[in-house]
Amino acid sequence: MSRIGDEQGPLMDLGQERPQVPAKARNMSPIVPSGQIAGRALVAVVAIMTFLASITSGAVLLINASASEWQSEVASEITIQVKPVAGRNLDRDAQAAADAVRGQPGIVEVQPYSKEQSAQLLEPWLGTGLSLDDLPVPRVIVARVTPGTVLDIIGLRGRVAQAAPGASVDGHRAWVERMRSMTSAVVLAGIGILALVIVATIISVSFATRGAMAANKPIVEVLHFVGAGDRFIANRFFRHFLRLGLQGGVIGGGIAMLMFGFSESVASWFSGTAVGDQFAALLGTFSLRPSGYLILAAQALVIAAITAAASRRTLFATLNEID
Amino acid sequence: MVRFENVGLRYGLGPEILRDLNFQIPARSFQFLTGPSGAGKTSLLRLLFLSLRPTRGLVNLFGQDISLLAKDEIADLRKRIGIVLQDFRLLDHMTTYENVALPFRVMGRDEASYRREVIDLLKWVGLGERMDALPPILSGGEKQRAAIARAVIARPQLLLADEPTGNVDPTLGRRLLRLFIELNKSGTAVIIATHDITLMDQYDARRMVLHQGRLHMYE
Repeated sequence: MSRIGDEQGPLMDLGQERPQVPAKARNMSPIVPSGQIAGRALVAVVAIMTFLASITSGAVLLINASASEWQSEVASEITIQVKPVAGRNLDRDAQAAADAVRGQPGIVEVQPYSKEQSAQLLEPWLGTGLSLDDLPVPRVIVARVTPGTVLDIIGLRGRVAQAAPGASVDGHRAWVERMRSMTSAVVLAGIGILALVIVATIISVSFATRGAMAANKPIVEVLHFVGAGDRFIANRFFRHFLRLGLQGGVIGGGIAMLMFGFSESVASWFSGTAVGDQFAALLGTFSLRPSGYLILAAQALVIAAITAAASRRTLFATLNEID
Repeated sequence: MVRFENVGLRYGLGPEILRDLNFQIPARSFQFLTGPSGAGKTSLLRLLFLSLRPTRGLVNLFGQDISLLAKDEIADLRKRIGIVLQDFRLLDHMTTYENVALPFRVMGRDEASYRREVIDLLKWVGLGERMDALPPILSGGEKQRAAIARAVIARPQLLLADEPTGNVDPTLGRRLLRLFIELNKSGTAVIIATHDITLMDQYDARRMVLHQGRLHMYE
């Protein structure tokens, strides 16, 4: 059936009474007024959630980077311990073990610790003026492995044992494995916290959307009366929630990024001090790489998108209930 | 245009308030719907506006069985129906002009294409000076005229009005009736629910009388 409005002229003829069109009369108001949506509370919730998610992700990235650094450092080093054996010369055994290690393919540097160097290593615990002749202290040889090389530890152990019966080789494999599993546990915990933050965000946004729809039910009903479909109505609300989600994401993500930047500055102020050095040994440089900041920014956008998607889903569900 | 066959309506588990309704509303027809308070006039209008579904029977609107329609299709059908409710249902944050222009906005039309039409209609219903006023500061009669203007602005094929002259003086009541008659002459089927005998006596039209849930037609 064709529309009558398309076939007819003006509904009424005002003749000479036709008014001048006033300049003010035009569509200026949004169909859904933003003031009627509990915006500030929702922005705060999304900002807090984004902040927590960013701190979690940032911490995971930092720990992951530090752990990788430790692992590569530890994995690129092996330690040979030569214990004193009755009837054998410890210096000669240490020299023989060092020579055996030097002959191993993949070893770039061998540093045997002399009697004096070993005494220095023990100074913090045993004090100065120590005579190693009175104690059965083993000698230590530290060797560096070419990065990326898979060292034949078993072969090396055999050769070293042949050269010096009291020597043992430690490839730090157990330590590396433990560190790897600890890092994986931290990453998994981070993902778990992120998942919880996202679920909490979805729940908060759904409640906020329901509240906004309830507060604006008269508008929804009038829009139904004038023939607006659910998609039209949902889009009017959706714009508000997308904007609120973006605001919250930018605030929360921005504060988190500033915090990481500030922490980096604090770490650099303390560098060179005893505390700073201990901290750096534990957590590395405590600085996020540029890719880390990009990840945090992308995460803020994802949380804004989740906010919008959750509100859209709730909007359609609520419109079904209202109708 | 509208066909009801054995239509009944009840709210929840309550008694049936509309029973065995059988009638047709032809295109371009004009009728008054009347009856005592509580007879079900508003419920019948809501059935016609598709904001209620019958508990039994067949409702056919614009050639379509409404029980088979999806939600989006119902929204499309509503664009062909104008409704004036007793409580006006104007949006308080919008000016009178914006309220009346709302159906065009929902249709996605460019404002320049309807602005003159909206202003002319507001002038016609005596709201030319109140175009920029918000509904909370309008009188009851002004609100009613704004609601009527909103219902007729898109020239619907079917106009439903619930007590449209209830809050206006007799002179304006006559003027509004003239608007409905003009609209009817331009092709809109009109159903006016009213108690106002004087209003009904001013125009010779079919009367639909609801009594104890049943409908009686007087041609």
